Amino acid sequence: MSEIMENYYEQLVQDHRFKEGLISCINCGTCTAICPAAEFYNYDPRTIANIVQSKDNEAIEALLKGEEIWYCGQCMSCVTRCPRKNAPGLIILALRDLSLKRGLFIESEKGRQQFAVNRVMSSNILNYGYCIYPRTFKHSMHPESGPVHEWIERNLDDVYKRAGGNLDGDGPGILRKIPAESLNELKKIFDITGATEMLEIVEKHSLKKAEELGMTPEEYFEYVFTTQEKEHSR
Amino acid sequence: MKIEGKKLIWSEYQKDIPEDHYFYVRSCIRQNFFPASEKTFLDIVRNRLSLDFFETEHHTTCGGIAYHSDAIPQETLMTIVARQFALMTESGYSNYAASCITSFGIYNEILETWKESPEIETKVREMLWKACRREFKIPLHLSHASDIIYKLRDKIAEIGVNRLINIKTGEPLRVVEHIGCHYSKMFPSKGVGGAEYPVVLSGMVESWGGEIIDCPERRHCCGFGFRQYLIQSNRGYSLANTHKKFESMEPYKPDMIITNCPGCPYFLDRWQYVIKETQGKTYGENSQGIPVFTYEEVAGLILGYDPWDLGLQMHQTDVEPLLDKMGISYSSSDKYKLK
Repeated sequence: MSEIMENYYEQLVQDHRFKEGLISCINCGTCTAICPAAEFYNYDPRTIANIVQSKDNEAIEALLKGEEIWYCGQCMSCVTRCPRKNAPGLIILALRDLSLKRGLFIESEKGRQQFAVNRVMSSNILNYGYCIYPRTFKHSMHPESGPVHEWIERNLDDVYKRAGGNLDGDGPGILRKIPAESLNELKKIFDITGATEMLEIVEKHSLKKAEELGMTPEEYFEYVFTTQEKEHSR
Repeated sequence: MKIEGKKLIWSEYQKDIPEDHYFYVRSCIRQNFFPASEKTFLDIVRNRLSLDFFETEHHTTCGGIAYHSDAIPQETLMTIVARQFALMTESGYSNYAASCITSFGIYNEILETWKESPEIETKVREMLWKACRREFKIPLHLSHASDIIYKLRDKIAEIGVNRLINIKTGEPLRVVEHIGCHYSKMFPSKGVGGAEYPVVLSGMVESWGGEIIDCPERRHCCGFGFRQYLIQSNRGYSLANTHKKFESMEPYKPDMIITNCPGCPYFLDRWQYVIKETQGKTYGENSQGIPVFTYEEVAGLILGYDPWDLGLQMHQTDVEPLLDKMGISYSSSDKYKLK
Protein backbone atom coordinates (compact mmCIF):
# COMPACT_ATOMS: atom_id res chain seq x y z
CA MET A 1 0.00 0.00 0.00
CA SER A 2 1.26 3.47 -0.86
CA GLU A 3 2.26 5.53 2.18
CA ILE A 4 0.27 8.49 0.90
CA MET A 5 -2.85 6.50 0.11
CA GLU A 6 -5.76 8.22 1.83
CA ASN A 7 -8.38 6.36 3.82
CA TYR A 8 -11.13 6.02 1.26
CA TYR A 9 -13.63 4.50 3.68
CA GLU A 10 -13.38 7.58 5.88
CA GLN A 11 -14.05 9.70 2.81
CA LEU A 12 -17.05 7.57 1.84
CA VAL A 13 -18.73 7.84 5.24
CA GLN A 14 -18.70 11.63 4.85
CA ASP A 15 -21.27 11.08 2.10
CA HIS A 16 -24.72 10.64 3.66
CA ARG A 17 -25.76 8.46 0.71
CA PHE A 18 -23.09 5.98 1.70
CA LYS A 19 -24.32 5.90 5.28
CA GLU A 20 -27.91 5.43 4.14
CA GLY A 21 -26.87 2.91 1.50
CA LEU A 22 -24.74 0.64 3.65
CA ILE A 23 -26.50 -0.27 6.86
CA SER A 24 -25.42 -3.89 7.16
CA CYS A 25 -24.84 -6.10 4.15
CA ILE A 26 -25.43 -9.81 4.84
CA ASN A 27 -24.02 -10.81 1.46
CA CYS A 28 -27.21 -12.57 0.41
CA GLY A 29 -26.89 -11.47 -3.21
CA THR A 30 -30.51 -10.40 -3.61
CA CYS A 31 -29.33 -7.10 -5.11
CA THR A 32 -27.33 -8.95 -7.74
CA ALA A 33 -30.27 -11.23 -8.52
CA ILE A 34 -32.59 -8.30 -9.25
CA CYS A 35 -29.99 -6.05 -10.89
CA PRO A 36 -30.43 -5.35 -14.64
CA ALA A 37 -26.78 -4.29 -14.85
CA ALA A 38 -25.60 -7.56 -13.29
CA GLU A 39 -27.45 -9.44 -16.00
CA PHE A 40 -25.79 -7.46 -18.78
CA TYR A 41 -22.37 -6.43 -17.47
CA ASN A 42 -19.72 -8.33 -15.56
CA TYR A 43 -21.10 -6.65 -12.47
CA ASP A 44 -21.98 -7.78 -8.97
CA PRO A 45 -23.34 -5.20 -6.51
CA ARG A 46 -23.11 -7.77 -3.71
CA THR A 47 -19.34 -7.87 -4.08
CA ILE A 48 -19.12 -4.08 -4.15
CA ALA A 49 -21.16 -3.78 -0.94
CA ASN A 50 -18.93 -6.41 0.64
CA ILE A 51 -15.72 -4.63 -0.37
CA VAL A 52 -16.75 -1.26 1.03
CA GLN A 53 -18.07 -2.92 4.18
CA SER A 54 -14.70 -4.64 4.65
CA LYS A 55 -13.00 -1.19 4.71
CA ASP A 56 -10.14 -2.73 2.69
CA ASN A 57 -8.50 0.44 1.43
CA GLU A 58 -6.62 -1.13 -1.47
CA ALA A 59 -9.73 -2.95 -2.64
CA ILE A 60 -11.76 0.27 -2.40
CA GLU A 61 -9.12 2.11 -4.41
CA ALA A 62 -9.32 -0.62 -7.04
CA LEU A 63 -13.08 0.00 -7.24
CA LEU A 64 -12.52 3.74 -7.65
CA LYS A 65 -10.08 3.08 -10.51
CA GLY A 66 -12.05 0.22 -12.04
CA GLU A 67 -14.87 -0.31 -14.49
CA GLU A 68 -17.49 -1.87 -12.21
CA ILE A 69 -18.82 1.16 -10.39
CA TRP A 70 -19.81 2.69 -13.74
CA TYR A 71 -21.98 -0.28 -14.77
CA CYS A 72 -24.95 0.52 -12.50
CA GLY A 73 -27.97 1.93 -14.36
CA GLN A 74 -29.40 3.64 -11.26
CA CYS A 75 -32.77 1.90 -11.54
CA MET A 76 -32.66 1.32 -7.77
CA SER A 77 -34.39 -2.06 -8.03
CA CYS A 78 -31.87 -3.19 -5.39
CA VAL A 79 -33.36 -0.72 -2.90
CA THR A 80 -36.77 -2.37 -3.02
CA ARG A 81 -35.42 -5.88 -2.63
CA CYS A 82 -32.61 -5.67 -0.06
CA PRO A 83 -33.79 -7.51 3.08
CA ARG A 84 -31.59 -5.27 5.25
CA LYS A 85 -32.64 -1.95 3.71
CA ASN A 86 -29.28 -1.28 2.14
CA ALA A 87 -29.15 0.68 -1.10
CA PRO A 88 -26.31 -0.48 -3.35
CA GLY A 89 -27.40 2.14 -5.92
CA LEU A 90 -26.60 4.86 -3.38
CA ILE A 91 -23.26 3.25 -2.48
CA ILE A 92 -22.43 3.42 -6.19
CA LEU A 93 -23.25 7.15 -6.31
CA ALA A 94 -20.90 7.78 -3.38
CA LEU A 95 -18.11 5.69 -4.96
CA ARG A 96 -18.48 7.46 -8.31
CA ASP A 97 -18.44 10.85 -6.62
CA LEU A 98 -15.20 10.00 -4.81
CA SER A 99 -13.66 8.55 -7.97
CA LEU A 100 -14.42 11.79 -9.82
CA LYS A 101 -13.17 14.04 -7.00
CA ARG A 102 -9.87 12.16 -6.79
CA GLY A 103 -9.43 11.98 -10.56
CA LEU A 104 -9.39 8.17 -10.41
CA PHE A 105 -12.19 7.89 -12.98
CA ILE A 106 -9.57 8.51 -15.67
CA GLU A 107 -8.12 5.04 -15.02
CA SER A 108 -11.14 3.20 -16.46
CA GLU A 109 -12.78 3.15 -19.88
CA LYS A 110 -16.26 3.59 -18.42
CA GLY A 111 -15.05 6.30 -16.04
CA ARG A 112 -13.49 8.28 -18.89
CA GLN A 113 -16.95 8.52 -20.48
CA GLN A 114 -17.73 11.16 -17.85
CA PHE A 115 -16.07 13.76 -20.08
CA ALA A 116 -18.76 13.32 -22.73
CA VAL A 117 -21.59 13.04 -20.18
CA ASN A 118 -20.50 16.28 -18.51
CA ARG A 119 -20.10 18.24 -21.72
CA VAL A 120 -23.59 17.30 -22.92
CA MET A 121 -25.31 17.76 -19.56
CA SER A 122 -23.61 20.98 -18.45
CA SER A 123 -24.10 22.59 -21.85
CA ASN A 124 -27.80 21.71 -21.95
CA ILE A 125 -28.48 22.79 -18.36
CA LEU A 126 -26.47 26.00 -18.29
CA ASN A 127 -27.32 27.22 -21.80
CA TYR A 128 -30.96 26.15 -21.99
CA GLY A 129 -32.13 25.07 -18.52
CA TYR A 130 -32.94 21.51 -19.62
CA CYS A 131 -31.09 18.20 -19.25
CA ILE A 132 -32.24 17.26 -22.75
CA TYR A 133 -32.84 19.92 -25.38
CA PRO A 134 -34.15 19.22 -28.89
CA ARG A 135 -31.68 21.38 -30.82
CA THR A 136 -28.76 19.44 -29.32
CA PHE A 137 -30.36 15.96 -29.39
CA LYS A 138 -29.13 14.92 -32.83
CA HIS A 139 -30.16 11.88 -34.83
CA SER A 140 -26.50 11.48 -35.80
CA MET A 141 -25.65 10.85 -32.14
CA HIS A 142 -28.88 8.88 -31.57
CA PRO A 143 -29.55 6.80 -34.69
CA GLU A 144 -31.84 4.54 -32.66
CA SER A 145 -34.27 7.46 -32.43
CA GLY A 146 -35.36 6.29 -35.86
CA PRO A 147 -36.62 7.79 -39.09
CA VAL A 148 -39.34 9.62 -37.17
CA HIS A 149 -36.66 11.57 -35.38
CA GLU A 150 -35.01 12.49 -38.67
CA TRP A 151 -38.40 13.92 -39.69
CA ILE A 152 -38.69 15.74 -36.35
CA GLU A 153 -35.18 17.15 -36.70
CA ARG A 154 -35.80 18.37 -40.26
CA ASN A 155 -39.01 20.13 -39.20
CA LEU A 156 -38.15 20.90 -35.60
CA ASP A 157 -39.97 24.19 -35.07
CA ASP A 158 -43.10 23.13 -36.95
CA VAL A 159 -43.29 19.70 -35.26
CA TYR A 160 -43.11 21.20 -31.78
CA LYS A 161 -45.58 23.92 -32.71
CA ARG A 162 -48.01 21.29 -34.05
CA ALA A 163 -47.61 19.36 -30.77
CA GLY A 164 -48.51 22.43 -28.72
CA GLY A 165 -44.96 23.40 -27.85
CA ASN A 166 -43.47 26.81 -27.21
CA LEU A 167 -39.94 25.99 -28.38
CA ASP A 168 -37.64 28.88 -27.44
CA GLY A 169 -40.70 31.12 -26.98
CA ASP A 170 -41.46 33.62 -24.25
CA GLY A 171 -43.69 32.83 -21.29
CA PRO A 172 -44.54 29.39 -19.89
CA GLY A 173 -45.04 26.24 -21.92
CA ILE A 174 -43.34 23.25 -23.46
CA LEU A 175 -39.63 23.87 -24.13
CA ARG A 176 -40.06 27.61 -23.54
CA LYS A 177 -36.99 29.80 -23.51
CA ILE A 178 -36.03 29.82 -19.87
CA PRO A 179 -35.41 33.46 -18.91
CA ALA A 180 -31.80 34.65 -18.63
CA GLU A 181 -32.21 35.53 -14.95
CA SER A 182 -33.24 31.94 -14.19
CA LEU A 183 -30.27 30.55 -16.15
CA ASN A 184 -28.05 32.92 -14.17
CA GLU A 185 -29.46 31.46 -10.97
CA LEU A 186 -28.63 27.96 -12.19
CA LYS A 187 -25.06 29.05 -12.89
CA LYS A 188 -24.75 30.54 -9.41
CA ILE A 189 -26.11 27.32 -7.92
CA PHE A 190 -23.49 25.37 -9.91
CA ASP A 191 -20.74 27.66 -8.60
CA ILE A 192 -21.82 27.64 -4.96
CA THR A 193 -22.72 23.97 -4.59
CA GLY A 194 -19.66 22.40 -6.18
CA ALA A 195 -20.91 21.45 -9.64
CA THR A 196 -18.60 23.90 -11.40
CA GLU A 197 -15.62 22.60 -9.45
CA MET A 198 -16.52 18.97 -10.28
CA LEU A 199 -16.91 19.82 -13.96
CA GLU A 200 -13.48 21.46 -13.91
CA ILE A 201 -11.89 18.43 -12.26
CA VAL A 202 -13.26 16.10 -14.94
CA GLU A 203 -12.24 18.51 -17.72
CA LYS A 204 -8.70 18.84 -16.34
CA HIS A 205 -8.04 15.10 -16.10
CA SER A 206 -9.79 14.40 -19.41
CA LEU A 207 -7.92 17.01 -21.39
CA LYS A 208 -4.65 15.73 -19.95
CA LYS A 209 -5.60 12.22 -21.04
CA ALA A 210 -6.56 13.50 -24.49
CA GLU A 211 -3.16 15.13 -24.80
CA GLU A 212 -1.45 11.87 -23.81
CA LEU A 213 -3.39 10.12 -26.55
CA GLY A 214 -2.57 12.84 -29.07
CA MET A 215 -6.22 13.80 -29.49
CA THR A 216 -8.00 17.13 -29.68
CA PRO A 217 -10.81 17.61 -27.11
CA GLU A 218 -13.34 16.98 -29.90
CA GLU A 219 -11.58 13.76 -30.98
CA TYR A 220 -11.42 12.64 -27.35
CA PHE A 221 -15.15 13.32 -26.94
CA GLU A 222 -15.89 11.15 -29.96
CA TYR A 223 -13.51 8.49 -28.65
CA VAL A 224 -15.07 8.15 -25.19
CA PHE A 225 -18.60 8.51 -26.60
CA THR A 226 -18.34 5.76 -29.20
CA THR A 227 -15.44 3.44 -28.43
CA GLN A 228 -15.45 0.23 -26.46
CA GLU A 229 -12.07 -1.47 -26.33
CA LYS A 230 -12.55 -3.72 -23.30
CA GLU A 231 -15.05 -6.53 -22.86
CA HIS A 232 -17.58 -5.46 -20.23
CA SER A 233 -20.51 -7.77 -20.82
CA ARG A 234 -21.17 -11.21 -19.47
CA MET B 1 -52.03 -14.60 -2.99
CA LYS B 2 -55.63 -14.35 -1.86
CA ILE B 3 -57.27 -11.17 -3.06
CA GLU B 4 -58.06 -10.15 0.55
CA GLY B 5 -54.37 -10.31 1.45
CA LYS B 6 -53.45 -8.31 -1.62
CA LYS B 7 -55.97 -5.62 -0.71
CA LEU B 8 -54.65 -5.50 2.85
CA ILE B 9 -51.08 -4.94 1.69
CA TRP B 10 -52.18 -2.42 -0.89
CA SER B 11 -54.13 -0.49 1.74
CA GLU B 12 -50.77 0.37 3.33
CA TYR B 13 -49.86 2.25 0.19
CA GLN B 14 -52.83 4.51 -0.21
CA LYS B 15 -51.76 8.02 -1.01
CA ASP B 16 -53.43 11.34 -0.36
CA ILE B 17 -53.70 12.98 -3.79
CA PRO B 18 -55.34 16.40 -3.96
CA GLU B 19 -57.31 17.00 -7.15
CA ASP B 20 -56.86 20.73 -7.37
CA HIS B 21 -54.53 23.73 -6.90
CA TYR B 22 -51.17 22.52 -8.10
CA PHE B 23 -47.85 24.08 -9.01
CA TYR B 24 -47.01 22.15 -12.20
CA VAL B 25 -43.41 21.34 -13.11
CA ARG B 26 -42.50 19.98 -16.52
CA SER B 27 -40.27 17.08 -17.53
CA CYS B 28 -37.17 17.52 -19.71
CA ILE B 29 -37.70 14.20 -21.47
CA ARG B 30 -41.48 14.44 -21.83
CA GLN B 31 -41.18 17.93 -23.35
CA ASN B 32 -38.61 16.64 -25.85
CA PHE B 33 -40.15 13.35 -26.95
CA PHE B 34 -43.84 13.53 -26.03
CA PRO B 35 -44.51 17.28 -25.87
CA ALA B 36 -48.20 16.99 -26.64
CA SER B 37 -48.64 14.78 -23.57
CA GLU B 38 -48.01 17.74 -21.27
CA LYS B 39 -50.29 19.90 -23.40
CA THR B 40 -52.99 17.24 -23.13
CA PHE B 41 -52.57 16.86 -19.39
CA LEU B 42 -53.02 20.59 -18.78
CA ASP B 43 -55.91 20.75 -21.22
CA ILE B 44 -57.70 17.90 -19.42
CA VAL B 45 -57.27 19.27 -15.91
CA ARG B 46 -57.74 22.95 -16.76
CA ASN B 47 -60.28 22.98 -19.56
CA ARG B 48 -62.15 19.69 -19.28
CA LEU B 49 -62.25 19.45 -15.48
CA SER B 50 -61.84 23.13 -14.51
CA LEU B 51 -58.99 22.57 -12.07
CA ASP B 52 -56.24 24.99 -11.09
CA PHE B 53 -52.74 24.10 -12.34
CA PHE B 54 -50.20 26.93 -12.30
CA GLU B 55 -46.95 27.02 -14.24
CA THR B 56 -44.12 29.56 -14.30
CA GLU B 57 -41.59 29.92 -17.11
CA HIS B 58 -38.87 30.32 -14.47
CA HIS B 59 -38.78 26.68 -13.44
CA THR B 60 -35.97 24.61 -14.93
CA THR B 61 -34.73 21.06 -15.13
CA CYS B 62 -34.43 19.48 -11.69
CA GLY B 63 -31.02 18.22 -12.82
CA GLY B 64 -32.05 14.61 -12.22
CA ILE B 65 -30.60 13.09 -15.37
CA ALA B 66 -27.32 14.91 -14.78
CA TYR B 67 -27.29 13.71 -11.16
CA HIS B 68 -27.94 10.05 -11.92
CA SER B 69 -25.31 10.20 -14.67
CA ASP B 70 -22.81 11.69 -12.20
CA ALA B 71 -22.43 15.10 -13.84
CA ILE B 72 -23.57 17.16 -10.84
CA PRO B 73 -23.18 16.59 -7.08
CA GLN B 74 -26.17 16.01 -4.84
CA GLU B 75 -25.74 19.44 -3.22
CA THR B 76 -26.35 21.02 -6.62
CA LEU B 77 -29.36 18.82 -7.27
CA MET B 78 -30.85 19.64 -3.87
CA THR B 79 -30.38 23.37 -4.38
CA ILE B 80 -31.99 23.32 -7.83
CA VAL B 81 -34.93 21.43 -6.31
CA ALA B 82 -35.05 23.91 -3.42
CA ARG B 83 -35.30 26.69 -6.02
CA GLN B 84 -38.27 24.92 -7.63
CA PHE B 85 -39.90 24.71 -4.18
CA ALA B 86 -39.19 28.44 -3.72
CA LEU B 87 -40.97 29.22 -7.00
CA MET B 88 -43.93 27.18 -5.76
CA THR B 89 -43.93 29.02 -2.43
CA GLU B 90 -43.65 32.44 -4.09
CA SER B 91 -46.58 31.53 -6.36
CA GLY B 92 -48.79 30.79 -3.35
CA TYR B 93 -49.10 27.03 -3.87
CA SER B 94 -48.41 24.10 -1.57
CA ASN B 95 -49.29 21.15 -3.83
CA TYR B 96 -46.51 20.18 -6.22
CA ALA B 97 -47.16 18.19 -9.42
CA ALA B 98 -44.17 16.66 -11.21
CA SER B 99 -44.42 15.54 -14.83
CA CYS B 100 -41.29 13.41 -14.53
CA ILE B 101 -40.65 10.16 -12.64
CA THR B 102 -36.92 10.85 -12.29
CA SER B 103 -37.82 14.19 -10.71
CA PHE B 104 -40.51 12.56 -8.57
CA GLY B 105 -37.97 10.06 -7.23
CA ILE B 106 -35.48 12.81 -6.58
CA TYR B 107 -38.00 14.98 -4.75
CA ASN B 108 -38.92 12.02 -2.54
CA GLU B 109 -35.28 11.18 -1.88
CA ILE B 110 -34.45 14.78 -1.00
CA LEU B 111 -37.47 15.24 1.27
CA GLU B 112 -36.68 11.97 3.08
CA THR B 113 -33.02 12.97 3.41
CA TRP B 114 -33.98 16.31 4.90
CA LYS B 115 -36.28 14.54 7.37
CA GLU B 116 -33.47 12.17 8.39
CA SER B 117 -30.76 14.86 8.38
CA PRO B 118 -32.19 18.33 9.05
CA GLU B 119 -28.68 19.79 8.95
CA ILE B 120 -28.56 19.02 5.21
CA GLU B 121 -31.81 20.94 4.65
CA THR B 122 -30.34 23.86 6.62
CA LYS B 123 -27.23 23.81 4.45
CA VAL B 124 -29.31 23.71 1.25
CA ARG B 125 -31.42 26.66 2.47
CA GLU B 126 -28.18 28.60 3.04
CA MET B 127 -26.84 27.71 -0.42
CA LEU B 128 -30.12 28.67 -2.09
CA TRP B 129 -30.16 32.03 -0.31
CA LYS B 130 -26.56 32.67 -1.25
CA ALA B 131 -27.14 31.76 -4.91
CA CYS B 132 -30.66 33.07 -5.54
CA ARG B 133 -31.85 35.04 -2.50
CA ARG B 134 -34.87 32.71 -2.34
CA GLU B 135 -36.61 30.85 0.49
CA PHE B 136 -39.06 27.98 0.33
CA LYS B 137 -41.66 25.94 2.13
CA ILE B 138 -41.73 22.17 1.71
CA PRO B 139 -44.73 21.05 -0.39
CA LEU B 140 -47.68 19.76 1.61
CA HIS B 141 -48.38 17.25 -1.14
CA LEU B 142 -46.08 15.86 -3.80
CA SER B 143 -47.87 14.14 -6.68
CA HIS B 144 -46.65 12.72 -9.91
CA ALA B 145 -48.93 13.92 -12.72
CA SER B 146 -50.05 10.32 -13.20
CA ASP B 147 -51.23 10.21 -9.57
CA ILE B 148 -53.60 13.02 -10.49
CA ILE B 149 -54.90 11.28 -13.61
CA TYR B 150 -55.32 8.14 -11.47
CA LYS B 151 -57.37 10.17 -8.99
CA LEU B 152 -59.46 11.59 -11.85
CA ARG B 153 -59.71 8.33 -13.80
CA ASP B 154 -63.39 7.71 -13.17
CA LYS B 155 -64.32 11.29 -14.05
CA ILE B 156 -62.35 10.90 -17.27
CA ALA B 157 -64.20 7.62 -17.96
CA GLU B 158 -67.54 9.34 -17.31
CA ILE B 159 -66.97 12.09 -19.85
CA GLY B 160 -64.97 9.88 -22.21
CA VAL B 161 -66.16 8.91 -25.68
CA ASN B 162 -63.89 5.89 -26.22
CA ARG B 163 -63.05 2.80 -24.18
CA LEU B 164 -60.10 0.42 -24.11
CA ILE B 165 -62.32 -2.15 -25.80
CA ASN B 166 -61.78 -3.92 -29.11
CA ILE B 167 -64.82 -2.71 -31.02
CA LYS B 168 -64.81 -5.75 -33.29
CA THR B 169 -64.77 -8.38 -30.56
CA GLY B 170 -66.19 -6.40 -27.64
CA GLU B 171 -63.33 -7.72 -25.53
CA PRO B 172 -61.14 -5.53 -23.27
CA LEU B 173 -57.85 -4.52 -24.86
CA ARG B 174 -54.87 -6.31 -23.35
CA VAL B 175 -52.50 -3.79 -21.82
CA VAL B 176 -48.96 -4.00 -20.48
CA GLU B 177 -48.36 -1.27 -17.93
CA HIS B 178 -44.85 -0.02 -17.25
CA ILE B 179 -44.52 1.97 -14.04
CA GLY B 180 -40.95 3.31 -14.28
CA CYS B 181 -38.42 2.40 -11.61
CA HIS B 182 -38.15 5.69 -9.75
CA TYR B 183 -41.89 5.97 -9.16
CA SER B 184 -41.97 3.66 -6.17
CA LYS B 185 -38.97 1.30 -6.06
CA MET B 186 -37.03 3.65 -3.77
CA PHE B 187 -39.90 4.91 -1.61
CA PRO B 188 -42.81 2.48 -1.99
CA SER B 189 -45.14 4.46 0.25
CA LYS B 190 -44.92 7.46 -2.10
CA GLY B 191 -46.49 5.65 -5.05
CA VAL B 192 -50.11 4.52 -5.34
CA GLY B 193 -49.98 0.83 -4.42
CA GLY B 194 -46.30 0.86 -3.53
CA ALA B 195 -43.61 -1.11 -5.33
CA GLU B 196 -45.34 -4.50 -5.08
CA TYR B 197 -48.82 -3.62 -6.29
CA PRO B 198 -48.58 -0.26 -8.02
CA VAL B 199 -52.01 0.57 -9.36
CA VAL B 200 -51.40 4.05 -10.71
CA LEU B 201 -51.62 2.81 -14.31
CA SER B 202 -53.59 -0.39 -13.86
CA GLY B 203 -56.27 1.66 -12.09
CA MET B 204 -56.57 3.90 -15.14
CA VAL B 205 -56.64 0.96 -17.55
CA GLU B 206 -59.32 -0.89 -15.63
CA SER B 207 -61.41 2.24 -15.21
CA TRP B 208 -61.22 2.84 -18.95
CA GLY B 209 -62.25 -0.73 -19.88
CA GLY B 210 -58.94 -2.46 -20.54
CA GLU B 211 -57.39 -5.61 -19.08
CA ILE B 212 -53.95 -5.68 -17.48
CA ILE B 213 -51.40 -8.32 -18.49
CA ASP B 214 -49.35 -9.67 -15.58
CA CYS B 215 -46.22 -10.77 -17.46
CA PRO B 216 -43.04 -11.95 -15.68
CA GLU B 217 -40.90 -8.90 -16.44
CA ARG B 218 -43.69 -6.43 -15.75
CA ARG B 219 -41.53 -4.53 -13.24
CA HIS B 220 -38.22 -4.79 -15.08
CA CYS B 221 -36.45 -1.53 -15.96
CA CYS B 222 -36.97 -0.16 -19.49
CA GLY B 223 -33.18 0.08 -19.68
CA PHE B 224 -32.60 3.83 -19.70
CA GLY B 225 -29.77 3.52 -17.19
CA PHE B 226 -28.82 7.22 -17.52
CA ARG B 227 -25.14 7.01 -18.61
CA GLN B 228 -25.95 3.58 -20.08
CA TYR B 229 -28.01 5.37 -22.73
CA LEU B 230 -26.41 8.83 -22.85
CA ILE B 231 -23.13 7.31 -24.04
CA GLN B 232 -23.45 5.65 -27.42
CA SER B 233 -21.10 2.74 -26.69
CA ASN B 234 -23.17 1.79 -23.61
CA ARG B 235 -26.51 1.52 -25.37
CA GLY B 236 -26.39 -2.27 -25.63
CA TYR B 237 -27.41 -2.21 -21.95
CA SER B 238 -30.48 -0.17 -22.73
CA LEU B 239 -31.46 -2.27 -25.73
CA ALA B 240 -30.92 -5.58 -23.87
CA ASN B 241 -33.29 -4.54 -21.08
CA THR B 242 -36.04 -3.44 -23.45
CA HIS B 243 -35.55 -6.67 -25.43
CA LYS B 244 -35.99 -8.69 -22.24
CA LYS B 245 -39.28 -6.96 -21.53
CA PHE B 246 -40.64 -7.54 -25.03
CA GLU B 247 -39.67 -11.21 -25.01
CA SER B 248 -41.49 -11.53 -21.70
CA MET B 249 -44.69 -9.80 -22.82
CA GLU B 250 -44.86 -11.30 -26.34
CA PRO B 251 -46.67 -14.58 -25.43
CA TYR B 252 -49.46 -12.58 -23.76
CA LYS B 253 -50.28 -10.81 -27.04
CA PRO B 254 -50.60 -7.26 -25.74
CA ASP B 255 -52.53 -4.72 -27.77
CA MET B 256 -50.66 -1.78 -26.28
CA ILE B 257 -48.27 -0.55 -23.60
CA ILE B 258 -49.08 2.32 -21.22
CA THR B 259 -46.22 4.05 -19.43
CA ASN B 260 -45.74 6.31 -16.44
CA CYS B 261 -42.22 7.69 -16.83
CA PRO B 262 -41.37 10.12 -19.67
CA GLY B 263 -38.28 8.17 -20.75
CA CYS B 264 -39.66 4.62 -20.75
CA PRO B 265 -42.05 5.11 -23.71
CA TYR B 266 -39.18 6.52 -25.77
CA PHE B 267 -37.07 3.41 -25.15
CA LEU B 268 -39.92 0.91 -25.51
CA ASP B 269 -40.93 2.66 -28.75
CA ARG B 270 -37.53 3.21 -30.34
CA TRP B 271 -35.81 -0.03 -29.36
CA GLN B 272 -38.65 -1.94 -31.07
CA TYR B 273 -37.51 -0.22 -34.25
CA VAL B 274 -33.88 -1.22 -33.59
CA ILE B 275 -34.81 -4.84 -32.83
CA LYS B 276 -36.75 -4.93 -36.10
CA GLU B 277 -33.87 -3.41 -38.09
CA THR B 278 -31.11 -5.48 -36.50
CA GLN B 279 -32.83 -8.83 -35.89
CA GLY B 280 -35.78 -8.69 -38.23
CA LYS B 281 -38.10 -9.38 -35.33
CA THR B 282 -41.31 -7.41 -34.93
CA TYR B 283 -43.54 -7.75 -31.89
CA GLY B 284 -47.29 -7.36 -31.91
CA GLU B 285 -50.16 -8.62 -34.01
CA ASN B 286 -49.45 -9.00 -37.73
CA SER B 287 -45.87 -7.86 -37.08
CA GLN B 288 -47.04 -4.27 -36.72
CA GLY B 289 -45.25 -3.58 -33.46
CA ILE B 290 -46.79 -2.98 -30.04
CA PRO B 291 -47.87 0.67 -29.79
CA VAL B 292 -46.48 2.45 -26.73
CA PHE B 293 -48.31 5.34 -25.07
CA THR B 294 -47.92 7.83 -22.27
CA TYR B 295 -50.81 7.86 -19.79
CA GLU B 296 -51.74 11.35 -20.98
CA GLU B 297 -52.05 10.08 -24.54
CA VAL B 298 -54.32 7.24 -23.42
CA ALA B 299 -56.46 9.64 -21.38
CA GLY B 300 -56.63 11.85 -24.47
CA LEU B 301 -57.81 8.95 -26.62
CA ILE B 302 -60.50 8.09 -24.07
CA LEU B 303 -61.64 11.71 -24.16
CA GLY B 304 -61.77 11.78 -27.95
CA TYR B 305 -58.80 14.01 -28.79
CA ASP B 306 -57.54 13.78 -32.36
CA PRO B 307 -54.57 11.35 -32.41
CA TRP B 308 -52.34 13.85 -34.20
CA ASP B 309 -53.25 16.59 -31.68
CA LEU B 310 -51.96 14.11 -29.09
CA GLY B 311 -48.62 14.02 -30.92
CA LEU B 312 -48.86 10.32 -31.78
CA GLN B 313 -47.10 11.05 -35.08
CA MET B 314 -43.92 11.53 -33.02
CA HIS B 315 -43.85 7.80 -32.21
CA GLN B 316 -41.64 5.47 -34.25
CA THR B 317 -43.85 2.41 -33.71
CA ASP B 318 -47.14 3.05 -35.48
CA VAL B 319 -50.15 3.64 -33.24
CA GLU B 320 -52.76 3.00 -35.93
CA PRO B 321 -53.31 -0.70 -35.04
CA LEU B 322 -54.51 0.39 -31.59
CA LEU B 323 -56.62 3.25 -32.97
CA ASP B 324 -58.32 0.77 -35.34
CA LYS B 325 -59.05 -1.65 -32.50
CA MET B 326 -60.61 1.17 -30.46
CA GLY B 327 -62.61 2.38 -33.45
CA ILE B 328 -61.02 5.83 -33.38
CA SER B 329 -61.25 7.63 -36.69
CA TYR B 330 -58.20 9.46 -37.96
CA SER B 331 -56.88 10.93 -41.15
CA SER B 332 -53.80 9.12 -42.44
CA SER B 333 -53.02 12.01 -44.76
CA ASP B 334 -52.99 14.44 -41.83
CA LYS B 335 -50.51 12.42 -39.78
CA TYR B 336 -47.39 14.33 -40.73
CA LYS B 337 -49.05 17.63 -41.57
CA LEU B 338 -47.28 20.46 -39.84
CA LYS B 339 -49.77 23.29 -40.11
